[in-house]
Amino acid sequence: MANLLNVSPSPHAHGKETTQKLMFGVVLALLPSLFTSIFYFGWGAVIATTVSVASCLLFEYLIQRFIFRKPITITDGSALVTGLLLAFNVPSNLPVFIIVTGAFVSIAVAKMTFGGLGNNPFNPALVGRVFMLISFPVQMTSWPVPKGFATGYIDAVTGATPLAIIKEGLKNGEHLQQLIAQVPTPAQMFLGNMGGSMGEVAAVALLIGFIWLLYKKIITWHIPVSVIGSLLIFTAVLWLVNPEKNASPLFHLLAGGVLLGAIFMATDYVTSPMSPLAMIIYGCGIGILTVIIRVWGAYPEGVSFAILIMNAFVPLMNSYIKPKRFGEEVKNG
Amino acid sequence: MKTFPLGGIHPPQNKLTSAIRIAYLPVPSAVAIHVSQHIGAPATVIVNKDEKVKAGQVIAQSKGFVSSNIHSSVSGKVTKIDSVIDTSGYRQTAVFITVEGDEWMDTIDRSSEIIAEVKLSSEEIIKKCLESGIVGLGGATFPSHVKLSVPAGKKCDVLLINGVECEPFLTSDHRLMLERGEEILIGVSILMKALKVERAMIGIENNKPDAVSHMTKLATAFHGITVHPLKVKYPQGAEKQLIKALINREVPSGKLPIDVNTVVHNVGTAFAVYEAVQKNKPLFERVVTITGKSVTNAGNYIVRIGTPVKDLIAAAGGVPEDTGKIVSGGPMMGKALASTEVPVSKGTSGIILFPAVDSLRKESMPCIRCSKCIQACPMNLEPYLLMALSERDLFERAEKEKITDCMECGSCSYTCPANRPLLDYIRMGKATVIKKARERVSKQ
Repeated sequence: MANLLNVSPSPHAHGKETTQKLMFGVVLALLPSLFTSIFYFGWGAVIATTVSVASCLLFEYLIQRFIFRKPITITDGSALVTGLLLAFNVPSNLPVFIIVTGAFVSIAVAKMTFGGLGNNPFNPALVGRVFMLISFPVQMTSWPVPKGFATGYIDAVTGATPLAIIKEGLKNGEHLQQLIAQVPTPAQMFLGNMGGSMGEVAAVALLIGFIWLLYKKIITWHIPVSVIGSLLIFTAVLWLVNPEKNASPLFHLLAGGVLLGAIFMATDYVTSPMSPLAMIIYGCGIGILTVIIRVWGAYPEGVSFAILIMNAFVPLMNSYIKPKRFGEEVKNG
Repeated sequence: MKTFPLGGIHPPQNKLTSAIRIAYLPVPSAVAIHVSQHIGAPATVIVNKDEKVKAGQVIAQSKGFVSSNIHSSVSGKVTKIDSVIDTSGYRQTAVFITVEGDEWMDTIDRSSEIIAEVKLSSEEIIKKCLESGIVGLGGATFPSHVKLSVPAGKKCDVLLINGVECEPFLTSDHRLMLERGEEILIGVSILMKALKVERAMIGIENNKPDAVSHMTKLATAFHGITVHPLKVKYPQGAEKQLIKALINREVPSGKLPIDVNTVVHNVGTAFAVYEAVQKNKPLFERVVTITGKSVTNAGNYIVRIGTPVKDLIAAAGGVPEDTGKIVSGGPMMGKALASTEVPVSKGTSGIILFPAVDSLRKESMPCIRCSKCIQACPMNLEPYLLMALSERDLFERAEKEKITDCMECGSCSYTCPANRPLLDYIRMGKATVIKKARERVSKQ
């Protein structure tokens, strides 16, 4: 026996969960999408992902080492997740210097200026993405046509995303039916065979990740289901009202970044609300804003903006939307 | 199968001693019995130095309604009245007795015969509980006669008996149900008579299927008593959670079980009530589980109140080499002992010896707002927020956020992936809020 006993307040037991395990659980859930993005976009996907992850980790390390001067915590997995998500949100042929700039904005501006892990109000990967989109609109919207390792990196053949084809076409007065014929079929979109950000294209891979996250209890169903549900309902209403002008709910679900956003970006712990009811309101807000931006806004895609806008409401929701407490209402059975 | 709906966790059970029969721990050579072994006013010492006492003799008289009598657990001579550190680490007045023989009060029926017929009236039973120093043996040690005296204008329509034992490691209630089941059921019918209720429900978690079937079989001979297996989930043994699980009534914030027409007693208490009423034996010994992963001879012992914990540990094979922490009670809500000289009291349900590796906390990391603490909280509070408010001295807001509803079950700290000391801060905040509320009341 040690000479002295350890004394502490209860509880004297702790569960096995750690921040690191949760973050690496998310990384595992992202792997199927990483594989599909490499499958469709080849070396571009490998290069972009590597650069993004490495620069996120590097910036976090440098800031903790030389500015915070506190213990280095880059092994907690949070910068790794940010790096992966940032890569998943860009075209696979994006020049390296733009990716590094995006990673700098994600980590240095969106995360570390607020004090690091747990303190940032906005999703770091999305801040980085929106910064790149606004600063480098041409590079950020030239989407390589998926050809696997035959896809070039610098000289890739590029094309528009399904959402952009529809949006531009409708603006030019073309008929929706003809436009639909130009975009991939729902089955192709489900498997990811279309232009778009690296990680968002394959719905099937994202759904596998979703099931894994739910199974490991890393996230709850509330946010993803309410984002997807509200998007489906809203687009269904528009579609039923005017099928000539509005694409079907299925198209809206599979095209663009809805699934990536709903499953991986909106559920970011730090920037999403705490109570189940607030999570549902937050999710519905994202779904509705996404549709509004897609249908009436200037951009063909609106998931990133929708999530960032709803991020801003999170502190308000945490203050006013409380879980229903035990014993709040008198219930006699 | 029933359980409570909100929150809860599933810590590893570690019920190492569930198959070990209850044994009698030899009477120690000296005891220190402290006068505050219950919630409420400490009892007043009524014996003097050098006085001879017998087992079962009152040595400290209850002071006020919410208080309890304290009896000598041994026969011998009072050596001194001094202070001794109790399980919570505070010094308490205690009566020190050196043991001479084992002479009990003549009034105590020491035969092993089971007496089923209850002769006393409701009032006499409550008086007997007060005289015999019966308190809640689940751990909270609330004087039982107070719970049995239903205030005017309120009524109790069902008695709930807590055989849940949701804390990991502890098996004292489990063994008591298996070995003293009939006495417990007679105790339950005595409690029913005292409360004038027709119905009693015993809740047992289904990790004790032998206790469920044994008690169910025995209960068929008793009128109005039913046994209910419950799905395993911590903290089901908490009063409000057990009421919700068994009869789906929700005790409002700041209220008591009697406000939803029920009263909860522990199986250990029911057994003590049986002994007090039918055998005239005051509460001076109880079943204590002594356990731990490295303990060589873990078991369940009937221990005289006031026995130093070290005697109990010695009976279990001594302190293992790797021990880093000794806890009185369960791992979730028990108290870490600073010394093995601490005497066993009425609330000591178990002594757990933790290896050093399991006894240190991991480093606390920043809150990532994963909301797992909210999901774990059985009261649906927001532990992350209550901690932040307590940390920043924002006690008024903490009060509005119902910090006083926290029962300190520890589910939040257990769950937190960032190892944040949630309950430490909440406990401090809750104590401050209660103190401030008392000051407000006394000012008016």
